[in-house]
Amino acid sequence: MTDLPNSLRTGPDEQGHFGAFGGRYVAETLMPLILDLEREYRAAQVDNAFRAEFDDLLKNYVGRPSPLWLAQRLTDHLGGAKIYLKREDLNHTGAHKINNCIGQILLAKRMGKTRIIAETGAGQHGVATATVAALFGLPCTIFMGAVDVARQQPNVFRMKLLGAEVVAVESGAKTLKDAMNEALRHWVANVHDTFYIIGTVAGPHPYPELVRDFQSVIGDEAKAQILEAEGRLPDMLIAPVGGGSNAIGLFHPFLDDTGVEIVGVEAAGEGLDGKHAASLAGGRPGILHGNKTYLLQDEDGQITEAHSISAGLDYPGIGPEHSWLHDIGRVRYEPVTDAEALASFQKLTKLEGIIPALESAHAIAAAERIAPTLGKDKIIIVNCSGRGDKDIFTVADALGVKL
Amino acid sequence: MTRFASAFAKGPALIAFITAGDGDTAANLDALVAGGADVIELGMPFTDPMADGPAIQAANLRSLAKGTTTGDIFAMAAAFRHRHPDVPLVLMGYANPMTARGADWFAAECAKAGVDGVICVDIPSEEDAELGPSLRAAGVDLIRLATPTTDPARLPAVLDGAGGFLYYVSVAGITGLQQAAQASIEEAVARLKAATDLPVAVGFGVRTPEQAAEIAKTADGVVVGSAFVDIIAAHGDGAAPHLEAFTRTLADAIHRAKEIAA
Repeated sequence: MTDLPNSLRTGPDEQGHFGAFGGRYVAETLMPLILDLEREYRAAQVDNAFRAEFDDLLKNYVGRPSPLWLAQRLTDHLGGAKIYLKREDLNHTGAHKINNCIGQILLAKRMGKTRIIAETGAGQHGVATATVAALFGLPCTIFMGAVDVARQQPNVFRMKLLGAEVVAVESGAKTLKDAMNEALRHWVANVHDTFYIIGTVAGPHPYPELVRDFQSVIGDEAKAQILEAEGRLPDMLIAPVGGGSNAIGLFHPFLDDTGVEIVGVEAAGEGLDGKHAASLAGGRPGILHGNKTYLLQDEDGQITEAHSISAGLDYPGIGPEHSWLHDIGRVRYEPVTDAEALASFQKLTKLEGIIPALESAHAIAAAERIAPTLGKDKIIIVNCSGRGDKDIFTVADALGVKL
Repeated sequence: MTRFASAFAKGPALIAFITAGDGDTAANLDALVAGGADVIELGMPFTDPMADGPAIQAANLRSLAKGTTTGDIFAMAAAFRHRHPDVPLVLMGYANPMTARGADWFAAECAKAGVDGVICVDIPSEEDAELGPSLRAAGVDLIRLATPTTDPARLPAVLDGAGGFLYYVSVAGITGLQQAAQASIEEAVARLKAATDLPVAVGFGVRTPEQAAEIAKTADGVVVGSAFVDIIAAHGDGAAPHLEAFTRTLADAIHRAKEIAA
């Protein structure tokens, strides 16, 4: 921690690096486009009209700000720190994903691109992308692993209703990483007219930066809301991390508030000694999908299959800024298993009348573990990143219930 | 004279690609050389071959399913070098397997095995520090890729630190699918040759002797990959004689192209 900058919010550097992570590891064909995107994003950042259109869509289309809900019954049940939920599940399309999609489709429009592609795991990002594509009248193709297509049928149907073409990817493990490979293959062959809306804070620079910036509305709002409700900053933030876009969105505005402890929750699947998706706990740095970051891999650098009950966390990597925050110790990353997430999914539903996404249930599980160890005067904000309606079939299956 | 320089000095070269560990690799490599291939590209299989089309994706998976390791690939390379002291050998693949044990380790293994050059698909010149310095220090050429989207402003950076030959990816796309228009290839090769003294080879989507011969009229080399990989997919461990026969038709077409052009 010797040469840390005064602020942890200034990254990445000009080459897109967060410490040793990030960068632009893409085929030469894509490099000029990546550089174009960066130029266009720099211009958009200082363009008040761009910001105004983004803010207007978040307010009037997405329904922001999302509430910060004091989960009193959950708090009472756990008997420790006061738990607030940042209700990203109440956004249009039911998750935080739409924030980023609004930002990126405005960039696509700015760059004159006429076709949209995206990858999706759980289908939340696919639905959000198909939604903004419909709103802006652009044709849209969503790449989704065939396994995910099977386990997320309602979202597949939603995307189709929204006018998107859904391509079931049959290569590799047929999940999120394979969907991303296929989207990159499609993009490289269609760079002239196609904009790739990446759904998380991964991929080549400037994606991790711009996705984070578009998602930071979560943390900016949460900060204002907690100051209004409690007159002070929280003691802790907790968010689930797959690629890590909802987490970085909540965390980033608080990175320089040293009194705020920050916890990211990785999907430990069947446990860290079995099949899991915890790249930080069980992986090491490597290069995949355009950036250097912690990856699940073998000693030869072959990527190993991730597993999580939550399709949205089922990815063998993590955003490069998280890898950096992990290495410098600013954010603590904890694993939560499928079984723990499943229990918390049911608990939050019964106690608060909120059905969380399985992704979000991982963060709830960590809160259940941590809150009782803290005093009642402490405050935790948990990111309820999405709603769980999409997961009811998976949960029913796990509970042995036939629908 | 380096092996690359000798290979390209003879006229337009056939650069033949197969995936390591897919089928009987030693027999297949020998067949490519016997059929007249001038440079060998050996693909390092990767779980996530983002720049490859269906044919080479499948070859990667077949190889990995057989348990091919990085150590196996260097053993194949070293054995090839022993059997064929003069034929240039290139390893082609992705950044993660190449850097998993550190770039210095990889570069040293390349040098030890007699590998002449390395093509890494997903390390553009912007990230050269990841692999380039280690390779150059070990005396292994880093072969860079130029594409239809590489504009004149980028080209000097692409050429900086490049060695062996310049690989022109003739289509914006993945391996083995579309074919570029001959006119666009000629224009690009002329532009690239004006910018570098390195030989310029053209690949992606080249499948027939006729295409190869057309390209060989202007380029210093023609890369063929998916068409060989398809033969291995069809014939498995018995692919060698088929590879050799097909290589001969390509090599003859390419080697004759210069005489016809002249």
